[in-house]
Amino acid sequence: MLNKTERQKEQILRMSGVNPLKCMRCGKCSGTCPSYDEMEYHPHQFVYMVETGDIEALRNSDSIYKCLSCFACVDRCPRGVEPAKLVEALRLSVIREKDANHLTANQIPALIDDEIPQQALMSAMRKYSK
Amino acid sequence: MQVNEYKPLIVAFCCNWCSYAGADLAGNNRLNYPAEVKIIRVPCSCRVNPMFILRAFQRGADGVILCGCHPGDCHYTSGNYFTRRRMALLFSMLDFLGIERERTRVEWVSAAEGAKFAATMNDFVEKVVALGENKRLEDLRCKK
Amino acid sequence: MQRIGVFVCHCGTNIAGTIDVKAVAEALKNEPGVVFSTDYQYMCSQAGQDIIKDAIAEHKLTGIVVCSCSPRMHEATFRKTAAAAGLNSYMVEIANIREQCSWVHKEIPIGTEKAIILGKAAVAKVNLNTPLTPGESPVTKRALVIGGGIAGIQTALDIADAGFPVDIVETKPTIGGKMAQLDKTFPTLDCAACILTPKMVEVAQHENIRIFSYSEVSEIKGFVGNFDVTIKRRARYVKEDICTGCGACTEKCPQKKVPNEFNLGMDTRRAIYIPFAQAVPKVATIDADYCTMLKTGKCGVCSKVCTAGAIDYQAKDEFIEEKYGAIVAATGFNPISMDKFDEFAYSQSKDVITSLEFERLTNAAGPTAGKLLRPSDGEHPHTIVFVQCVGSRCDACAEKGKEYCSKICCMYTAKHAMLTRDKYPDTDVYVFYIDVRTPGKNFDEFYRRAVEEYGVHYIKGMVGKVSPEGNKLKVQASDLIAGKQLHIDADLVVLAAAIEPDKSARPLATMLTASMDTNDFFTEAHPKLRPVESPTAGVFLSGTCQGPKDIPETVSQAGAAASKVIGLLAKDKLTGNPCVAHSDENMCNGCSTCEKVCPYGAITYQDKEFRMPDRTTKIRRIAVVNEAVCQGCGCCTVACMSGAMDLKGFMNKQIMAEVDAICK
Repeated sequence: MLNKTERQKEQILRMSGVNPLKCMRCGKCSGTCPSYDEMEYHPHQFVYMVETGDIEALRNSDSIYKCLSCFACVDRCPRGVEPAKLVEALRLSVIREKDANHLTANQIPALIDDEIPQQALMSAMRKYSK
Repeated sequence: MQVNEYKPLIVAFCCNWCSYAGADLAGNNRLNYPAEVKIIRVPCSCRVNPMFILRAFQRGADGVILCGCHPGDCHYTSGNYFTRRRMALLFSMLDFLGIERERTRVEWVSAAEGAKFAATMNDFVEKVVALGENKRLEDLRCKK
Repeated sequence: MQRIGVFVCHCGTNIAGTIDVKAVAEALKNEPGVVFSTDYQYMCSQAGQDIIKDAIAEHKLTGIVVCSCSPRMHEATFRKTAAAAGLNSYMVEIANIREQCSWVHKEIPIGTEKAIILGKAAVAKVNLNTPLTPGESPVTKRALVIGGGIAGIQTALDIADAGFPVDIVETKPTIGGKMAQLDKTFPTLDCAACILTPKMVEVAQHENIRIFSYSEVSEIKGFVGNFDVTIKRRARYVKEDICTGCGACTEKCPQKKVPNEFNLGMDTRRAIYIPFAQAVPKVATIDADYCTMLKTGKCGVCSKVCTAGAIDYQAKDEFIEEKYGAIVAATGFNPISMDKFDEFAYSQSKDVITSLEFERLTNAAGPTAGKLLRPSDGEHPHTIVFVQCVGSRCDACAEKGKEYCSKICCMYTAKHAMLTRDKYPDTDVYVFYIDVRTPGKNFDEFYRRAVEEYGVHYIKGMVGKVSPEGNKLKVQASDLIAGKQLHIDADLVVLAAAIEPDKSARPLATMLTASMDTNDFFTEAHPKLRPVESPTAGVFLSGTCQGPKDIPETVSQAGAAASKVIGLLAKDKLTGNPCVAHSDENMCNGCSTCEKVCPYGAITYQDKEFRMPDRTTKIRRIAVVNEAVCQGCGCCTVACMSGAMDLKGFMNKQIMAEVDAICK
């Protein structure tokens, strides 16, 4: 029988389809991340912490919402590890358990920047809703 | 006989230069594949007479797989091209006889492809197991 | 009836760990023909071989089966053992119960059952074995070295010094290869040209060496000891034997805008050129793609200035045919293309360069005469960022780079960083690394000196993005140890590009029927014990065509390949493979089918007189196999419609017997 950590890890790996053991710890994901300074845990740490089973810390961190879902780390990872998919899986697992969107309707600002790219809006939809 | 205990009998012909070395590499890397696969070493895939394959089926083999070098990389320059043509003919005859297509296969495995060898054997055995025993070509007189 | 001995090897626990070897020996005892069966810890050891020899003598064995590792490993060993005991060495069969049984199956009953079946198949085959005697073929005492880099040069010199003639075929107008483009060499910082050019001169002056520069191999036929090779000498439009290499033409040629490949396109050369001052042979070459005379028929400046009269616009490609006993592949490497790594902005900025380009930028004979200047504006760079592992160590599925470690990048980057700090102490040098790999004599000491004495900033992390802004390159990278993201305004970014085998290696391997791995490196006959030989007899491997290597390793491998070639050429005759095709003249109907499928032209036809049952004679046309030429592929045996053709050592009935044994 799996303990809680193992169960969580298994769930994240299954949802993301990522094999963190492929990581060679080069840090290119974190080197490439545009949201690096906003995040408490950085893309390479996501991979390492999922591998070591430190899922709870990631789930409780704001970093899962700070990820822009730009997938630059996925594109540039030399080992094809796809860190952003881990972030997404963690985020989804939290939102699904809450059974509520991350932001409620009245938390969304009335006026959204006109300049905001369509892609950012779409990824925000994906990030914050269940 | 229970279905889940069914162990097929698989004969694999491997050319000495590529596929047999690939099988050795699979061994070196400890890549498991079913023990039902028994390998016969031949100098080149073109040494395999269609008669050998028919003989294997006649004697009760459930599947026969023939492995050679990749086209263009034959140690003997052109042997595997002949293999490819001969097997195309043999397989169409086996088709005509009503032998399932999945029981026979030609696969190109190089000396560097230990992983491919193991994966191919796993896949082939799985397909043959799904088909069950070869009854159509088996010569019952050979059975004691 | 044969008297067969069965010898089951434990191979320590390699076999005995998953196979009940005693049960195998016991089970095979009852097979037809088997009169003796035993097991032993290590059959290949002296003691194990003595067991075999004693058993052959004691039990008057006529055939033996060794259940052990792959025949590719120890078949030759056991054949020698049998021969030493007076048994024909082709009466030995190996049942491969290690690589193809104990190592791939985990459960003892399953492994044991399979091992017994494999043993039975081998016994069934030996029952039908016949003693074979190998034929002999002569050896052409001349070697061919394909590639004229440091690997080819060293191999050729070593073979030539032993007294055998050697030809070097090089596609470029000069020998020297990649080493000629380098500035300094790690870890001693010798100047590459200073140690390479004397060797190039030695090659040029060696009485046993011929250089075919600007040439390529276009066809290879034959086999070990007897290769027939066609060499295409591309037209260089300059008569090699007349040109004095004075260089007057290369200064007067009006076509000045040809990218100079020797400097990796960072400057230009003329349409008629000598790649570099120490080129060997020092002969000009006209680049037909750019020469105005060859393209439009109007110019002819070079022929006017050539006092020797060496220019020949009418020259055509020539083909030379030559016989060789051995062939050495030394085709070398190239850095991979940076096209798929757009995050480093290689195509967007001239100031993002590869390490080989950096090498030219610091070389006194390079485009900047050895001054480290930015390619874009000729300014001295004050901040330089080196990026390691660009395209090396990538995931196979990512389809971007290579899976392997290119091996030399850590060291040459340390060298570049150190030399930069030495010459220009006002420069900030950053090296982004994943791991620093320095396994080699004095290598780690060298890397530590770069850090401790020269103050190179080594940062564990990877550059994620380079974006050109103004005349700066914005480098965004991670510093994994500080847990920070760094933003560096760099003047120059140097990418340690992965190396890959030269593109000519794959077609060459096809011509040689030599095998290659999935990365297009040549495969060696045994990864540990026969590292400089190809599995194809008579073909040897030198330098990076076999795998990434630095110069000392390349030179030692080149010497090793040379010694193998010398060993081969020193023989007057080679014993061939006796497993050749043989036609039963009583059954052959002379249909010529076998001749058509034979890749070696080993089958000819002759008319022979036969006595018929009614006492008359009749002349019939029959196939005859030239046993010295036949390589034993067996293609003809399947093509033969009358069933006359058979392959010794792999006879139809032998393979059938194996099939039967397995399917019992």
